[in-house]
Amino acid sequence: MPINILMPALSPTMEKGNLAKWLKKEGDTVKSGDVIAEIETDKATMEVEAVDEGILAKILVPEGTADVPVNQLIALIAGEGEDPKSVQAPAEGGSASAPAPQAQQPAPAAPAAAPQPQANTIPGDQSAHMSYARVDQAPSGPAQAQGGAKPNGAGQAQAGNRVFASPLAKRIAKEAGIDLASIQGSGPHGRVVEKDVRAAMAGGGAKPAAAAAAPGAPAPAAKAAAQPPVMAPSASADQVKAMFEAGTYEEVPLDGMRKTIAKRLVESKQTVPHFYLSLDCELDALMALREQINAAAGKDKDGKPAYKLSVNDFVIKALAIALQRVPAANAVWAEDRILKMKHSDVGVAVAIEGGLFTPVVRKAEQKTLTAISAEVKDMAGRARNRRLKPEEYQGGSTAVSNLGMFGIKNFQAVINPPQGTILAVGAGEQRVVVKNGQPTVIQAMTVTLSCDHRVVDGALGAELLAAFRQLIENPMGMLV
Amino acid sequence: MADQYDIIVIGGGPGGYVAAIRAAQLGFKTAVVEREHLGGICLNWGCIPTKALLRSAEIYHYMQHAKDYGLSAQGIGFDAGAIVQRSRGVSGRLNGGVGMLLKKNKVDVIFGEAAISKPGEVVVSATKKPAMQPQHPAPKGALGPGTYSAKHIIVATGARPRVLPGIEPDGKLIWTYFEAMVPPAMPKSLIVMGSGAIGIEFASFYRTMGVDVTVVEVMPQILPVEDAEIAGLARKRFEKQGIKIFTGTKVTKVEKGPNGVSATIDDGKSVQTIQAERMISAVGVVGNIENLGLEKLGVKIDRGTVVTDGLGRTNVPGIYAIGDVAGPPMLAHKAEHEGVICVETIKGMHTHPMDKGKIPGCTYCHPQIASVGLTEAKAKEQGYDIRVGRFPFVGNGKAIALGEPDGLVKTIFDKKTGQLLGAHMIGAEVTELIQGFVIAMNLETTEEELIHAVFPHPTLSEMMHESVMDAYGRAIHI
Repeated sequence: MPINILMPALSPTMEKGNLAKWLKKEGDTVKSGDVIAEIETDKATMEVEAVDEGILAKILVPEGTADVPVNQLIALIAGEGEDPKSVQAPAEGGSASAPAPQAQQPAPAAPAAAPQPQANTIPGDQSAHMSYARVDQAPSGPAQAQGGAKPNGAGQAQAGNRVFASPLAKRIAKEAGIDLASIQGSGPHGRVVEKDVRAAMAGGGAKPAAAAAAPGAPAPAAKAAAQPPVMAPSASADQVKAMFEAGTYEEVPLDGMRKTIAKRLVESKQTVPHFYLSLDCELDALMALREQINAAAGKDKDGKPAYKLSVNDFVIKALAIALQRVPAANAVWAEDRILKMKHSDVGVAVAIEGGLFTPVVRKAEQKTLTAISAEVKDMAGRARNRRLKPEEYQGGSTAVSNLGMFGIKNFQAVINPPQGTILAVGAGEQRVVVKNGQPTVIQAMTVTLSCDHRVVDGALGAELLAAFRQLIENPMGMLV
Repeated sequence: MADQYDIIVIGGGPGGYVAAIRAAQLGFKTAVVEREHLGGICLNWGCIPTKALLRSAEIYHYMQHAKDYGLSAQGIGFDAGAIVQRSRGVSGRLNGGVGMLLKKNKVDVIFGEAAISKPGEVVVSATKKPAMQPQHPAPKGALGPGTYSAKHIIVATGARPRVLPGIEPDGKLIWTYFEAMVPPAMPKSLIVMGSGAIGIEFASFYRTMGVDVTVVEVMPQILPVEDAEIAGLARKRFEKQGIKIFTGTKVTKVEKGPNGVSATIDDGKSVQTIQAERMISAVGVVGNIENLGLEKLGVKIDRGTVVTDGLGRTNVPGIYAIGDVAGPPMLAHKAEHEGVICVETIKGMHTHPMDKGKIPGCTYCHPQIASVGLTEAKAKEQGYDIRVGRFPFVGNGKAIALGEPDGLVKTIFDKKTGQLLGAHMIGAEVTELIQGFVIAMNLETTEEELIHAVFPHPTLSEMMHESVMDAYGRAIHI
């Protein structure tokens, strides 16, 4: 039997992606571990590896196809002893007919914590072991019984819109407090039926609402969390277009990244109670130290300095240490609890063409300034090429957003849920201040900490910011 | 040699021919091997011709009761030969229809007896003496004996009457459904051994035609798979019609005499002997698993039927089984559905095994009986906390207008979830009503949707609505 290659879910919330490129042609021999295709997700370009050997018999979704639903059949590999020419796509090759439990994906993101859906299949059903992007075709054996999840993906692909579910499934899910949208339907066209809900209750095919809504973070261990409140829908495209004269604008379709930004930041602003704390930091000592350190950098073989620290590198390090000094602020919101982080994982907002990424510097409190600098440079470069792995931009308890290079003096950043805070950094500039009763010229910058009040209260945020300023103004403290 | 066919189906009954047509629709080159008659038992010796007989009985019954409707009819009588002839005509017409459907779908028909010589190869030999002389000819253009090859072989050989040792049917005094279907004349008296759907339908037919009928059932109730309350109501009606019924009673011995049979029956407390001109053995059916080469190929068999994975696949790759030969319930509609699932599975489509708990059952006796899902006893046995709704025909306007005030619609719900667990009906036309509940169960509706649904007035179907409402204490017309 041919091996089905399905559109993989590269992150727990991925619903569809673009098939960017095929790296193998029909007829090519494929070995386990070979990269066969590149998938563009909402955030990144990912490589799809083969887990089976064989001959790539048929490519069913050509490269350049946008919005391919997760679990849609994209290619067939002819197995051992099989004639690749005789391999045929199933008659109803759409996503609805491709049995591919997203629930079974070893989700590359979300370290620990997350209540990951478990493998829960029925021997004899077509959805057998799924390892990464593949589904084995039906081993024979006694089939069926109630209670196993037999996801086929289509239900998930429709998430966000109406969830198709039987009345009985709806009622049981309601009583059990399970979010129907998080359940893979096994019925016709992905309809959620009774046994899907039973399976979710028994083994966790379902993700609680909050986890599903937070792709960029370690999913909270919350059980059956409340859904975010329903907000009034914004105006439809037609309603908006009616306000403008036709021909006076260009319509730009949303790409995955734009959709994700829109969805997550609306969610943040609507559900996270933000408040903002601003503070000025004197930079003279930091600038002097930075100059000294950069001057001391050796040359690499091309004659370029081995490193060049930016002010932002100091900001990341200072925030990381400050979080260790004020550990209560090093936290994320997990719906029915707070997760206090042990290490300082600091996100760094990186603007890229058409959007932004927030790769996370892990354990930044333990890393040297040069290590942080090198890591940010590497991740920023890859972010621009959309080559970041999901695990590189998920997680973190806080983030740094720096618009100082544009001369922005001060701004408030939007928290990236479930992170507890985000630090907005303005431009370093010369300012006249009064010191000891005398007007004095100093270098300074204004920073603003946005706090999720559910996690960080006013005094706690102020304490964190004070610790941060102390480190910025006494930068030697970051070196020891 | 390349395979001649993608799929060969062995058996042209309702499972086999439906599977073949579906296979052809999906682009498979397909053939059906049949040894007697297209349409199988269902169409030739079962479902269809009995319905024709029962229709004659029904009209005869109405004619006898013409006065109840303000009509007059004199000289009411019947011609047993003509009744049988009509029944055979109905069967023949549909038999021809199956041949045409297969032809239209470009399915080859091979006439003869098939055996699987090895995976992928079917050897067809001339039909030996069939169970019953085929009354309908093979379609024109049918292929004959020979060796045929196919990538996939679907066994759909059906079932035949079970034979109890010592009470072997002889076709003269002791009948199976074959002989009971074509009586040369009405016997004066008849013993029906077994009160499943087949036994009860013949009992009902012959009783209506004026035969003195005795039913002997070994289980504690007649229609053993039906809900006990419904079976109890049925028994009362049958007894009122003059059918003698023994339950919990075994036929221990049958002696044949010059004018009929003498059966010794034992209910555990006492033994007695009953006489009748004829006897029908209707003690179930057994799968046709023999002489197909299944044992040699190592195909797994359990309790006389082929073991499959629910999608038609046996343990031997390339060999599939559907319908009666693949296990109970042995019903034509189950076979058809399995045939489709099997072929779609071969095609690689996303298929689900059938939920056998949602297969309806119909018995076309007078009054009719129809059911789907769990009986009240089974629901309790499975630990459900249940709500039961009942609505009698006497509360329904259409039933009264029809002159059919006897009957009941019973529904069983899971108290906790509102799931419809089962529906059981007895009365006029209930075999046509049950499908409403079958759809409801398959769509997983709860009592709420059923209560909200609008049922047309005046119809018998309103009783379904009322029964559901009764389960929730909301029935109106009771």
